[in-house]
Amino acid sequence: MAGAGASGGTPPAGSPAQDAPLAVELRGITKRFPGVVANRDIELTVRRGEVHAIVGENGAGKSTLMKTLYGEHRPDEGTILVDGRELSFRSPSDAIAAGIGMVHQHFMLADNFTVLENIVLGSEPTRGGRLDRAEARRRILEISDRYALDLEPDELVENLGVGDRQRVEIAKVLYRDARILILDEPTAVLVPQEVDELFGNLAELKREGLTVIFISHKLDEVRKVADSITVIRRGTTVGIADPRTTTARQLAEMMVGSELPSPETRTSTVRDVPVLRLDGVTVASLGGRPAVDDVSLTVREGEVVGIAGVEGNGQAELVDAVMGLRPLAGGTVWFGDKDITAWSTRERREAGFGFIPEDRHRQGMLLEGTLWENRILGHQTRPPAAKGWFIDRKASREDTARIMKNYDVRAPGPDTLAVALSGGNQQKLIVGREMESSPRLLVAAHPTRGVDVGAQAAIWELLKDARAEGMGILLISADLDELIGLSDTLMVMLRGRLVAELEPATCTPEQLGGHMTGGTAAAGAA
Amino acid sequence: MNALRRMGPALLAPVLAVVVALVISSAVMAALAVNPFDVFAVMLDFGDSPTQQVTAMVVIVNRAIPLFLAGLAVAIAFRMGLFNIGVEGQYRLATIIAAAAGAAISLPGPLHILVIMLVAVIVAAVWAGIVALLKVTRGVSEVISSIMMNFIALGLASYLLTGPFRGSPEGASIISTAEIPESGQMPGLNGIFGALGLANPPRQLYGFLLIAAVVGVVIAVLLNRTRFGFDLKASGMSPSAASASGVNARAMVVKTMLLSGAVAGLIGLPDLLGNTHSYTTDFTAGLGFLGIAVALLGRNKPVGIAFAALLFAFLDRALVPLQIADYPSSVVTIVQGTIVLAVVVANEIARRVARRSAERGTAAPAGGPPTGNGGTGPAQTTPPGGTDERQGAQA
Repeated sequence: MAGAGASGGTPPAGSPAQDAPLAVELRGITKRFPGVVANRDIELTVRRGEVHAIVGENGAGKSTLMKTLYGEHRPDEGTILVDGRELSFRSPSDAIAAGIGMVHQHFMLADNFTVLENIVLGSEPTRGGRLDRAEARRRILEISDRYALDLEPDELVENLGVGDRQRVEIAKVLYRDARILILDEPTAVLVPQEVDELFGNLAELKREGLTVIFISHKLDEVRKVADSITVIRRGTTVGIADPRTTTARQLAEMMVGSELPSPETRTSTVRDVPVLRLDGVTVASLGGRPAVDDVSLTVREGEVVGIAGVEGNGQAELVDAVMGLRPLAGGTVWFGDKDITAWSTRERREAGFGFIPEDRHRQGMLLEGTLWENRILGHQTRPPAAKGWFIDRKASREDTARIMKNYDVRAPGPDTLAVALSGGNQQKLIVGREMESSPRLLVAAHPTRGVDVGAQAAIWELLKDARAEGMGILLISADLDELIGLSDTLMVMLRGRLVAELEPATCTPEQLGGHMTGGTAAAGAA
Repeated sequence: MNALRRMGPALLAPVLAVVVALVISSAVMAALAVNPFDVFAVMLDFGDSPTQQVTAMVVIVNRAIPLFLAGLAVAIAFRMGLFNIGVEGQYRLATIIAAAAGAAISLPGPLHILVIMLVAVIVAAVWAGIVALLKVTRGVSEVISSIMMNFIALGLASYLLTGPFRGSPEGASIISTAEIPESGQMPGLNGIFGALGLANPPRQLYGFLLIAAVVGVVIAVLLNRTRFGFDLKASGMSPSAASASGVNARAMVVKTMLLSGAVAGLIGLPDLLGNTHSYTTDFTAGLGFLGIAVALLGRNKPVGIAFAALLFAFLDRALVPLQIADYPSSVVTIVQGTIVLAVVVANEIARRVARRSAERGTAAPAGGPPTGNGGTGPAQTTPPGGTDERQGAQA
C-alpha cells in the first residue's frame, strides 16, 4: 500500500492476528457511477480473526466499497480475494455463499415477526415442506449461547429495543454461516451502553475466529474496538493505522487530508448588517433529544459562517429549518429585521434566500427534467423564468444557455435531461442558478461534495466573489479545509447544539476534528 | 422534421403497445376458436352508405368526448404522482346532482347550460377535495380513500335517484331524474356535416365537443406553460426537490385534486346535455376507470389523451356490430385490457431507454475524450491524493 503513513506501514507488533492468513483482500478496486468515481484503486487487507475498521468521512466511499464486497454491485476494476481465493460476486447471495454477511445500518427486520422468524426468513429449515421450528430454535439458541447474543426466539421484534434488534441482525448473518461480518455504522443508532454491549459481542465473535469489518467515522470507538484501521479519503485508501499507536487526532487528519490548495479568503469583508439571525432555534426529532437544540447564530453581509460537525449531528435539520422546510419547535428566525419564522419556503426564496442543498438529487434537481427546467427550479416565480402566471420558456432557455456558458456546465444544450450530466456539472448548474438570482443569503450545504477538484476550486472562487459583494453565506460542510478556508466564523455542531466557536485563521483541521467528535471540548476551548 | 424526431420516441411506445395488444388479443381469439381477422373486419366496417359511415364516426366521437375528459381528469393527478381512482364516483355524483339542478331551474339558454356545468364541476371538485384533505391532514393514501369515496358516491347517487331526485313516474321500468327543459339542452353540431358536404346522420354530434376541446387546450396550456403547471410537474418528478424549490406540497395536493375533480365533473355532461337530458339508472358507467387507461395510453399529455380516447371509442363502437355478427363482444374488452397492460410495460421501457440514452449521450462531451484512450487500467492513473497522504499522517 503506497500510502502507508507514519502510523501505518508496519503491522501492529504483538497483535494476535499478525500472522493469521488474510480473510479478505481487495486489490485495485475501482467503481464508477455516471459522473463520479466512487472508489478508486482501493487496497484493503483484512486478517482472519480481527476487527478491522474502515474509517472515512461521509461520502468518502466506504459504503460503495462495502456494497462491492457484499456483491450488491460489481467493481469496474480490481479483484476480490476471500480466504485467498479470487471471487466474483454477481449478487449478495454469492457473497453469503462465500461466508460474507452484512449488518446494515438501517435494520431490515419485519416488526410483526418473532425473532426466530426474522432470523430464518429466506433460509428456513423445512421438514416435510413446513417450517421446522424446533430445528430453527435449536440453531438460534446455539448461536445465541456461543456468541453471548442473549436472544429470545419467540419475542416479537416490535417489542425489542435498538440494541436487541441489532443483535438479531447479527444472528441473522451468523445463521447463514457467515465467517466475515460487515457492520455498516453499527454504533450510529446506539446509546453508549449499547455500544459497549456491541463491542462485547464483537469480542466474542473475534474469539470464535470470525472476522469483523467495522465501518465508522467515530474515531474514539474505532480506536477502542479495532485491531487495525484502514482510512479512506475521497474514494481511495490513504493508509492503514494501528489503533494503539495512533491518536484520534492523527486519524482525523488522515481522514480529512490537507492536500488541497486551501480555499483561503484573505481579507475580511464582513459588514455590520445582519442578514440572517437565528435565535434559540430548536427542531424536534422523532425520538427524545431535539435534532437542533437551541441554536443561535448571526450571518452578516459579506460573512461566511461555517458549521462543522460529524454528519447526523443536526446540520441537515438546521438547514431545513432555515429554508422553511421543517417546522420549528421553538426559536425565531430573522431575515434582516423581519421575523420570518412563519414564512414558507417560497416566501423565503423570493425574499432572497439561495439554497445549495446537501443532496442535489433529492433536493436540488429534477433528474428527469431538462436543464432549463432545472435552471428555473426554485426561481419559477421570478424573471427570467416567469412572466406573470406563465413560464417564459424562451427566456428560460436563453438564460440556461448563458449560465451553462458562464459556469462551465458541459452539456449539449438547455433541452438536455439533467440525468445526462455528471455530478460536477449538475452541481455547477445548481451553483450557477443560485448565484444568478443574487441572493442576500446563501445556504450552502456541502457545496463541493462529489465534484472533481477543478469544479471544487471554481465553486470556492464563486463563493468568495459573492461574499466580497456582500452576500451572507451559511456554509455547512464535512470538508474541514473548505470550512477553515472559507469561513469568517466557524462553529461546531455536536448533538444538535453549537458547542464551540473557533477562529478560522488560527484553527487547524485537527483541532476542529477534536471538537467535532466531542473529544477535545475542554482542551480546545482553553 | 425536428418535431418529428422529438415526437418519435414518445409515439413509439403507445404504437408498439397497441400492436402488441392486437397480437395478444388475436392469440386469445384464436384460442377461443374465433377468427381474429373476421373480428377486425367487423370492427373496421363502418357500413355501406355514406349516412351509415358518418353515423359510425359520430358515435365514435360522441363516445370519445367523455373518455377524453376522463383521461384528462386522471392525467392531471397522475402528473404529480397522485392516483385519482375516484373519477368514477366524482362524475356520477356530479352528473346526477347537475341533472336534478338543471331540471329544477329555468334560465335562458346558454346560462342554463352554464349553471348545470358549474354545479357538476363544483360537486366533483368537492368530492375529490375530500380525498385531498384526507391525504394532507391525516396522511390517508389517495388510492384507498378515492376508491372508498367511489362506493359512497355510487350509493349516494342511487339513493338520490330513487329518492329525492326521482322524476320518473312510479313503476316505470327505468328510473330517472326529471328531464332538463329545452333551455338546458345542448344543441348538436350536425350543421358542419352539411357545410363539409357529408351526409347528415340521424345522430347528433354532441355540441360538448367544442367545450371539451377548449378544456383540453386550457389544461394543456395550464400544465405546460404556467407556473402552476411547472410546480405540478416538479412535484411529480421529485416531491423533495419541489418542496426545496418553494412548492407547498400540501397545497399542491389540494389544488391538483380539486382541478382533477373539476374536470371529472364534466365527464357525464356530453351525454346528459346532448342526449339523455336526465340521469337514469342506465346512465353511462365506467368512464372513470376507462379514463385511467386512456390517460396511460396518452402518456398524460392532452393530445395523446385525445388520440387514446378516439381509439377506445373506436373499439367501443364495435360492441354492437360484433354482437350482430354473432361474435363475442368481450373481444373489445380483451383488446382494451391488453392495450393498458402493454402500454404500462412499454411506457416503462421507453422511459428507461430514454434515460439510459440520455446518460450515455453526454457522458463523452462532459468527460472530454472518451475513456478508450487511457484504457490500460488503474496502474496508469495516479490518484490525485497520492502525494499528500504522507503529509497527512506525518503532521
